Amino acid sequence: MKKHLATAALAAALLPALAACGGADDDRAAPSTPSEATGSSGAGATDATGDTAADLLTVTDPWVKAAPDGMTAAFGTLTNTGPADLAVVSAVTDVAASTELHETVENEDGSMAMQPKEGGFVIPAGGSLTLQPGGDHLMLMGLTGPVEPGTALTLTLTLDDGSTATVEATVKAFDGADEQYQNGGEH
Amino acid sequence: MSGGPRWDRRRVLRTGAAAFGGAGAGWSGSALVANGAAAAAPADGPGRVVAPSAGAETVPVVGIHQAGVDSAPQAHLALVGWRLRAGTDTIGLTRMMRLLSDDAARLTTGTAALADTEPELAAHPARLTVTFGFGPGVLRDLVPAARRPGLAELPSFGRDRLDPRWGQTDVVAQICSDDPTTLAHARRMLVKDARTFAEVAWIQAGFRTARGTVPDGTTMRNLMGQVDGTVNPVPAEPDFDPLVWAEDDRGGSGFAGGTFLVVRRIRMQLDKWDRVDRVGREVVVGRRLDTGAPLTGEREFDEPDFAATDRFGFPVIDPASHIARARSADPGERFLRRAYNYTEPEPGRSGGEDSGLVFLAFAADPARQFVPVQRRLDELDRLNDWVVTIGSAVYAVPPAAPPGGYVGQQLLEGTGTTQGGDT
Repeated sequence: MKKHLATAALAAALLPALAACGGADDDRAAPSTPSEATGSSGAGATDATGDTAADLLTVTDPWVKAAPDGMTAAFGTLTNTGPADLAVVSAVTDVAASTELHETVENEDGSMAMQPKEGGFVIPAGGSLTLQPGGDHLMLMGLTGPVEPGTALTLTLTLDDGSTATVEATVKAFDGADEQYQNGGEH
Repeated sequence: MSGGPRWDRRRVLRTGAAAFGGAGAGWSGSALVANGAAAAAPADGPGRVVAPSAGAETVPVVGIHQAGVDSAPQAHLALVGWRLRAGTDTIGLTRMMRLLSDDAARLTTGTAALADTEPELAAHPARLTVTFGFGPGVLRDLVPAARRPGLAELPSFGRDRLDPRWGQTDVVAQICSDDPTTLAHARRMLVKDARTFAEVAWIQAGFRTARGTVPDGTTMRNLMGQVDGTVNPVPAEPDFDPLVWAEDDRGGSGFAGGTFLVVRRIRMQLDKWDRVDRVGREVVVGRRLDTGAPLTGEREFDEPDFAATDRFGFPVIDPASHIARARSADPGERFLRRAYNYTEPEPGRSGGEDSGLVFLAFAADPARQFVPVQRRLDELDRLNDWVVTIGSAVYAVPPAAPPGGYVGQQLLEGTGTTQGGDT
């Protein structure tokens, strides 16, 4: 154990509550409360009710696999509370040079590999899409620093109407999610 | 099947609760997971009692206390002791406790942990509780003095034969559930999420009678066959709170509602105990084996009469018996026992096993409440010929996590800090 950290240093490193950002409630008994994605107002088209696609998106239990460097992946459940399909078309985070939307596909030889998802993640009206190891996920490439367990990082998702949503994702050590990235001219 | 008496769980539960004065045993102190399991009992025969599934039952965190202290003891225990890794500082412990508190809060409500690789194993909490504690080293090194609860290592006792394998650790989790599969999953999830910050020093598994075998609230039996834990404060008693919960806020430390945990791993020499007849066994403890009643009484909860003598003028309860030596005239020398039996395969030992008791005691002040009792037992207790303590540790058990926070936050960050870093 290292000793006695200055309180200021500690406070600076403290994180928002796990799996929560704006809008998450403080109910101690239900920590799995969906983390309401924070829609940005002003950007993007609105539907008849004035909601942007980001307003209608809920992200539940977002998490990121811890990694010392290189690349990693983010997961969670995207729920569309609106009456029309919506799509997440891109994502960015401060900790990675680039973030891609990936799906996991079967190669001709039967092995599984990841590749960028054409058209983004489409979430049907009133439905949800689970990003999980072995399936669709956000690929964080070119990490600018270690992604450490017990911290949280902010992801900004851009939807097909141009609106954006920010998500606080909890970082966890995870032994899986080591799927082969199908890169370059493979596809 | 028709006719004949049927197993009426509700009647048994009522009886059990009545016998113990509604002391928190039974269904009333807990809640059920709304997963439909209660309604899923098949109608496979007339007269079948449809009771809520024991697997669906949960133990909510109530008020400022962590669950698992004043909760009715579940059937199974996994006590996990961690040593913090060399690089784990206050920030590291903060991160670890955030992750583990989140896991515990989800799993105890029957919800899969975040990134749970076996979410189905979380579906039946069966009264799962997770109770965290910090060892004296963590308090000394990672908690500022102003917020540090007063906790010292236990003094050495002459009869102890401590094996460092079961020694003091930095962090502990008392994980309890009525279902061993649920328990194994919760334990593994917590260990996985702690791995970055700490290594497991030991896991002490323990068990009591299975849920439903005897009425809830029945005092446990240990592996020597004794009714063990009769004299135990119950939450309904007015002196329970001052005996168990720390009130001293120590200048705003936020420890109010916390408690301290004493862990003693007590090996029983059962092969040697086999040579003692029933009369001798009862003399050693001072209680009857069948009912647990004191040798001067008829029922388990009768007060022992240490002054009573037999026709030869000898005390009926041997002054060197376990209950005579454990008893104090000082009502402050009491604490909450929450022990579990253990049996580990050990082919090197004559019986092929190492068995005993994972003695767990919660007290508002172990030095005041536990140590004097243990000193007396260490000095003289006829039971000492058959038991030996091989592991010992103490922990500060923080109050429940603050809303939206994690267990230990009041100690590590103080109560005045905001929910840091809102973005």
